[in-house]
Amino acid sequence: MKNPTTVERKSERELVVTRTFNGPAHIVFEAWTKPELLKQWWAPKSFGISFISCEADVRTGGTYRFVFSHPASEQPMAFFGRYIEVTPHSRIVWTNEESADGAVTTVTFEEMGDKTLLVLHELYPSKQALDEAIASGSTGTSGAGEQFEELDTLLVTLVRS
Amino acid sequence: MQAADSCYILNLMVQCQQPQLDASFAALSDSTRRGILERLGRADASITDLAQKFHMTLTGMKKHVGVLEQAGLVTTEKVGRVRTCKLGLRRLEEEAAWIERYRRLWDARFDELDKIVAELKLEKVDGRKMRK
Repeated sequence: MKNPTTVERKSERELVVTRTFNGPAHIVFEAWTKPELLKQWWAPKSFGISFISCEADVRTGGTYRFVFSHPASEQPMAFFGRYIEVTPHSRIVWTNEESADGAVTTVTFEEMGDKTLLVLHELYPSKQALDEAIASGSTGTSGAGEQFEELDTLLVTLVRS
Repeated sequence: MQAADSCYILNLMVQCQQPQLDASFAALSDSTRRGILERLGRADASITDLAQKFHMTLTGMKKHVGVLEQAGLVTTEKVGRVRTCKLGLRRLEEEAAWIERYRRLWDARFDELDKIVAELKLEKVDGRKMRK
């Protein structure tokens, strides 16, 4: 069975993604730092995204620029920024500079036996920046799950009573 | 296979959003706070309006609104010296949907990354054998 991916909005300004990989930290780290490897997994086929170009100089002070195409977008989408810190096998920190309110992303690799726990942490400059990132991506959403429907029903009942 | 997968995703989704749900239900456990939601369901109101309506101090009302805001049930906006409160239900729903889509993106990426990790592991083992 595959390892689960979890996402939590940890605070007003933070999102945290976690996942465990069945391999040592140096191997997982390698897949994040070599552009030819990064290119093979960063744009999942199931999301319809494909790389037009992938440049990444993964070392402290280096820069990256990813350009993607997506059938829903006529224009290619570019994502770029700087690596603030690259510590072999344990930590990568980078900026997201395609928008003024971009987050700072920190990825840590923690070896646990023959597995690696990966924690990806995104810190937005303000609550508003994260709220806006969410709001801008929230058009045409699918259902939010049964539990929330239940909560909404409860609230509607309360508000109308 | 398809059915098992969506079940799995739903379970995960519920697990990771439990803290927010707990906060929402905890916020609703208080009758004053339910009253505030009822009031905001009719019209937006300032903290001052709400404090007067519920015969409370401004500080007391700010605390209640704070709990509702933390749970994502109410949003507030300060314009000049007045803080206006409104129901935040839609935002809560949108946020949950967005977080789930964001999770699926990382999950899809990490499924691909799993394959690379497996390949690299194999390469290293083979490489070592060859050197021996």
